[in-house]
Amino acid sequence: MKLRELTALELGAVIKKGEVCVREAVQAALDAVAAQDGALNAFITVAGERALCRADKLQAGVKDAQSPLYGVPMAIKDNICTRGVRTTCASKILGDFTPPYDAAVVEQLADAGAVSLGKLNMDEFAMGSTSETSYYGPVKNPWDLARAPGGSSGGAAAAVAAGMGWYAIGSDTGGSIRQPAAHCGVTGMKPTYGTVSRYGLIAYASSLDQIGPLCRDAADCAAVLDVLMGHDCRDATSLPGLDSDWNGSGPRADYGHLLERLTGDVRGMRIGLPAQCFGDGLDGAVRAAVLGAAQVLKGRGAEIVELSFPVLEYAVPAYYIIAAAEASSNLSRFDGVKYGWRAEEYDGLADLYRKTRTQGFGREVKRRILLGTFVLSSGYYDAYYKKALQAKAVIKDAFDRAFEGCDLLLTPVTPSPAPRLGDSLGDPLSMYLGDIYTVSVNLAGLPALSMPCGLDAEGMPIGAQLIAPHFGEGAALSAAHAFQLDTDWHRRAPKGGEAP
Amino acid sequence: MTWETVIGLETHVELATKTKIFCSCTTEFGGAPNTHCCPVCTGMPGTLPVLNKKVLEFAVKAGLALNCAITRHSRFDRKNYFYPDLPKAYQISQLYLPIARDGAVDIRTGPGDKTIRIHELHMEEDAGKLVHDPWLNQTRADYNRCGVPLIEIVTEPDFRTADEVIAYLEKLKETLAYLGVSDCKMQEGSLRCDVNLSVRPQGSLELGTRTEMKNLSSFKAIARAIQYEARRQIELIEEGGRVAQETRRWDENKDASFAMRSKEEAQDYRYFPEPDLPPIELDPDCVDALRAAQPELAEEKRARYQADYGLSDYNCRMITSDQALAALFEGLVALGAPPRQGANWIMGEVLGALSQHAMEPKDMALTAPTLARLIALVGEGKLNRNTAVKVFEAVFDTDGDVDAYVRAHGLEQVNDGALVREVCARVLEANPQSVSDYRGGKEKAFGFLVGQAMGELKGRADPQAVNQALRALLE
Repeated sequence: MKLRELTALELGAVIKKGEVCVREAVQAALDAVAAQDGALNAFITVAGERALCRADKLQAGVKDAQSPLYGVPMAIKDNICTRGVRTTCASKILGDFTPPYDAAVVEQLADAGAVSLGKLNMDEFAMGSTSETSYYGPVKNPWDLARAPGGSSGGAAAAVAAGMGWYAIGSDTGGSIRQPAAHCGVTGMKPTYGTVSRYGLIAYASSLDQIGPLCRDAADCAAVLDVLMGHDCRDATSLPGLDSDWNGSGPRADYGHLLERLTGDVRGMRIGLPAQCFGDGLDGAVRAAVLGAAQVLKGRGAEIVELSFPVLEYAVPAYYIIAAAEASSNLSRFDGVKYGWRAEEYDGLADLYRKTRTQGFGREVKRRILLGTFVLSSGYYDAYYKKALQAKAVIKDAFDRAFEGCDLLLTPVTPSPAPRLGDSLGDPLSMYLGDIYTVSVNLAGLPALSMPCGLDAEGMPIGAQLIAPHFGEGAALSAAHAFQLDTDWHRRAPKGGEAP
Repeated sequence: MTWETVIGLETHVELATKTKIFCSCTTEFGGAPNTHCCPVCTGMPGTLPVLNKKVLEFAVKAGLALNCAITRHSRFDRKNYFYPDLPKAYQISQLYLPIARDGAVDIRTGPGDKTIRIHELHMEEDAGKLVHDPWLNQTRADYNRCGVPLIEIVTEPDFRTADEVIAYLEKLKETLAYLGVSDCKMQEGSLRCDVNLSVRPQGSLELGTRTEMKNLSSFKAIARAIQYEARRQIELIEEGGRVAQETRRWDENKDASFAMRSKEEAQDYRYFPEPDLPPIELDPDCVDALRAAQPELAEEKRARYQADYGLSDYNCRMITSDQALAALFEGLVALGAPPRQGANWIMGEVLGALSQHAMEPKDMALTAPTLARLIALVGEGKLNRNTAVKVFEAVFDTDGDVDAYVRAHGLEQVNDGALVREVCARVLEANPQSVSDYRGGKEKAFGFLVGQAMGELKGRADPQAVNQALRALLE
């Protein structure tokens, strides 16, 4: 049996049946890491011994396993706290930080029998779209080592694409799951804001951050989200669920039933194509692949609706103002006083702060801290931050209107396939503009996924984005599943990355 | 020129919740450094705040008692600044939508009554404490206080004198203690006050440039600091100088204030809405329920005691100044003690004993049933007032059994008229000199004879009865 070719759910099934033991699966994944990660740099920390120990423990309980993901090896983005395992945020400043607590999602995954292989590389503090801003070196795209895997969850996307684990947990503030998923040919989803606990996720922009999975296909995403989604009393922005915690008012979420909803039936589903998402600046191959995906869904009985989404142009500026503002505050705690890295020589308190933060943060992080500090400054708040919040409200309204005429929106994830390494670092503005199709989703708190829908002329993967209304994860995953029943883009693997 | 002093106050009050505002650590005062902490209140990466509902309840109760409008849609904001006692490098506070606004507090001072307007009341978290060790030249951080819930109460610039300020603070302290939302102990830092002060020519409507004074650790320090700062500003202006807008630090030992930072050095706190906490939506029914459940406050009690029991204004103020005293008084009345006598006992013996023991009323053992029994025995003529005081002193410490003590020490009042007359006759016989002195017009001699008779009776007789018997025998 070639474990590499199985999805997480398929692997979980053969583990359950006893055809494969957990240790074998973990060893296969660790072998893949050993063989490839020297080139890919997807991991910051590989916790191999720990994973093998855990495998043996899990093996003993295989018969009683409830979760379909029991025993399946995976990995976790390094901005999610893991008790006893160093959590760096890909920054020098947290290089020696080992949390004494697990993030809520880490606890949930442990309960579901997940085995973590280690911690995944990313853009420093999740700030970047290429995973090149990491203090621990850039991640390479498994499809072409000269290209970036996207970001900020680039290590997560690269690991799943290269078979270094069957799924990964990432975070998405402005596209950080969907965009690298698109660039690496995997399926990734950012769920509705508030449906996955952020407790233990080291914050970049609190009002936009959301944890989600990167997987081989939509069904795996549904299974992982069934584990992750749920109310958590440690996160005040966590939304109550349908059954237990819902108090009868406000939104409610139907947690834990996504997998059973994947019927593949999209008959009568109205799928909207926003004209503004297919305009100037979009790569021809991407346009063709995404429109091709629409045709596949139409072929399965969906109805394609063309519509207008006029406020798209406000999304990137609003996003970068809000995210930078929150980041400037969230990252203030990294001051060298309590934990993490501290400048070796300093003269007094102000100098301790200045040197620690100057030397401890990378360029992109400092750029965003400065930007955020500026937009919150006295005299500028109304002109920038307040305006950005207004733009956010307008974008939310625009989505509400769009969803009056359709059930899902289908758009590109990125204007073009993965950039070459180094291309973006010197030109942050064009990197920011590349987030055009993804950031509005975070501003509106919506669920959206990215699924592979083609390859360009150079053989690089292309992703299509499905955006759903709040709590519409089921519809989006169902449509993606339908698409994947008729296509095999999600089964394509990069060459050379064949694991044993 | 005559100058007018204009003062506004910012008062921080620690709320008496069991746990901190955003985590479940204890708020207990003291404790070894960094033992009342967790990843949330020390701002570890990835942790999130969750609002303690009790804090919201206490803040609303305080707002209602200060006659504020309660904000239906409120929220928290972040106040950003770097300091080692602030582990997140921002304080979660309220700037844009404080929980309560536009209140009023009535105060009374020598010159009369006055209303102080409350600008706002907001919730926030306390910071930690830095301990400097000059010996090792090290500063250490203690995060035990981080996340202890506070309310900050900001007044309009309505004060003109230090007396008004103290009267307001006493009223505030009394009100918050009655509500049970704070114990307001200045020495433990659970009530802290910053004074904003400016001066202007009497009659002027424009406000002068103000300074903000910090580090005021007692009412006495506040009064001294106000006098000092008003004089400093007036002298500065009269010498042709200008008051600088700055923050000043009061130094109690030097009895003077010193500039800390100027307006130019003032920090830009970059307030913005706290994204980790959803907005607070207060159900009006909830607020109404809290309003209905508010306890009777000192002022209301005072009015009632005056109207129902005819107590003097002074006695009413003294008794209601402390919730435990008021409860004792109401307990006495409920047990049938005549209100005026109850009040007299509290004003006299109870307050006397408390001050002698340097004790807070809430810490005393004495209960209403014990004191009520003592008052009843006097009323029934079974104890004379002086003996009753001795019994009071004996039972005060441990809330002892009045009847048992009286029995054990044979203290019942001697109401046997014949016995009193007999003793008095014996005293007159034994003191012929005093008798003749008295007859010669020396009233003093009569007092001596009364004393002798009371002594013979071991103080257990009604002094009035002894008086009468002696006079009758001497006539």
